[in-house]
Amino acid sequence: MSESSASGIIQHFGTKRLLVNFMNFLASVGAPVLRFMNATGKLTYFAAQSVINCFLPPYYFRSVIRQFGDIGYYSLPVVGMTALFTGMVLALQSYTGFTRFNAEGAIASVVVLSITRELSPVLAGLMVAGRVGASIAAEIGTMRVTEQLDALTTLSVNPHKYLIAPRIIAGTLMLPLLVLLGDIIGVFGGYLVSVHMLGFNPHSFLSQSWDVLESMDVISGLVKAAVFGFIVTLMGCYNGYSSGRGAQGVGAATTYAVVSSSILILIFNYILTQVFFS
Amino acid sequence: MTDLKIKMKDVHKAFGPKRVLNGFNLDVPKGQSVVIIGGSGTGKSVTLKCILGLMDVDKGSILIDGKETANIHGTERSKIMRKFGMLFQGGALFDSLPVWENVAFGLIHGQRMGREEAREIAIQKLASVGLASQVADLLPAELSGGMQKRVSLARAIAVNPEIIFFDEPTTGLDPIMADVINDLIVKCVKDLGATAVSITHDMASVRKIADKVAMLHEGRIIWYGDKSELDNSGNPFVDQFIHGRAHGPIMTIGAAQAA
Ligand SMILES: Nc1ncnc2c1ncn2[C@@H]1O[C@H](COP(=O)(O)OP(=O)(O)OP(=O)(O)O)[C@@H](O)[C@H]1O
Ligand SMILES: [Mg+2]
Repeated sequence: MSESSASGIIQHFGTKRLLVNFMNFLASVGAPVLRFMNATGKLTYFAAQSVINCFLPPYYFRSVIRQFGDIGYYSLPVVGMTALFTGMVLALQSYTGFTRFNAEGAIASVVVLSITRELSPVLAGLMVAGRVGASIAAEIGTMRVTEQLDALTTLSVNPHKYLIAPRIIAGTLMLPLLVLLGDIIGVFGGYLVSVHMLGFNPHSFLSQSWDVLESMDVISGLVKAAVFGFIVTLMGCYNGYSSGRGAQGVGAATTYAVVSSSILILIFNYILTQVFFS
Repeated sequence: MTDLKIKMKDVHKAFGPKRVLNGFNLDVPKGQSVVIIGGSGTGKSVTLKCILGLMDVDKGSILIDGKETANIHGTERSKIMRKFGMLFQGGALFDSLPVWENVAFGLIHGQRMGREEAREIAIQKLASVGLASQVADLLPAELSGGMQKRVSLARAIAVNPEIIFFDEPTTGLDPIMADVINDLIVKCVKDLGATAVSITHDMASVRKIADKVAMLHEGRIIWYGDKSELDNSGNPFVDQFIHGRAHGPIMTIGAAQAA
């Protein structure tokens, strides 16, 4: 065998190796991308189906009202506590920070703007993701695993209408209400600390808060809240609905629901802030 | 030829590499009670879910009243769904609703009946499965396993479906209650003119409720005949099954190791 043909063979195998490696590389990039696209597609389809079913009859008013209670009313303590302490801490932090610049006077504005624009909606969203998103995913996931979803379908009831639509409606409508309350409680928390601990004049704190606040600050927070409520309930329902088999499947569904809705809340918070204030 | 209520032809269903139904054929005549027997995990429950449309089939045809229904979805599917009642193997009761509302669920939400009226029917149906009206306001979690099964049975028959599927209706019940349930199934078929497809491992139940018996093995029906032919089917698989022998043509892991 001549030398040149041997090197030809080596070269041939070399390029083949390279090609295989390259293909492997493509596969390792491609598989997650495909999986991501697949999941996104499924979620989008699920979301569309759910939203459409919110508007199509039959309507299950009983379930909607029940969800108002479960999602709205029972989240009050969590959201209220979060807002209260956030407002308090905000006043304290900005006081210690602002005294360095002799800008203590801005505390009221800082508290009221941060609470209404950002902290009340985002923190309420995250708290509700933990409380409501997890429980929705666990409940619907258990229904999947114990064939209750199949039983619903067999009894001619569409799970999207009976289970999912009421939760999404309740989430989207109740979160703005919770956030509105959170706004008030949060500012009240700031007021408590400023007036009772830092010795501010109560009247000037309130009037300053009121003067600096624009309706857009509150409205933007409420719109965010509606979006977050939609995200939390949608992700809870989606993950529960597509839960795997067994207790493990339900556990995983619950985790995914909380993690994915929390991340989506943070992402959409940025997007919405950009839309509102740029 | 009698009318066929359900006709399954060459149905295939696999989960990943695992083939569960593999050329499954079954004819269910109108107004008759067909019992499917077969080993655990052979795909009996899957068969029912395919007929109900809860699972898509990979291949094959499922005719109901002569209409093709395999892999049909949407409004067409909900029309067919109204003909069905199903007792799930695990009961599948809605655990957030009281017992009576479980039973009345199809009446209230499927047929849009008033709650009062539906509740009364639910209590009648509960009585027919041997449950007193006191249980009506309990939650399913407060009942024993056998009681849950009976509630589930009451729910399946509450809407007077044309076709009823019973997935192991008597497992977990005491022998007397099992016989009550058997009678009830016979009554549904004979009195209401319903067609029934049941799954059971209980040979006493087979003898009581079946008009026809089908034996499922390795993804297809390997024997199908009248109940009267069951004892001299001449089929070694059927013989082994109905006599419950560990040794025979159906290999269990344990028996295979012993051999
Ligand atoms: N959703 C599913 N995903 C994956 N595999 C499944 C699914 N449902 C059923 N199977 C598999 O299909 C096979 C048949 O299951 P099926 O529940 O029909 O058994 P069966 O005949 O009803 O048994 P048993 O008498 O124990 O109830 C099993 O091996 C099961 O693991
Ligand atoms: Mg089964």
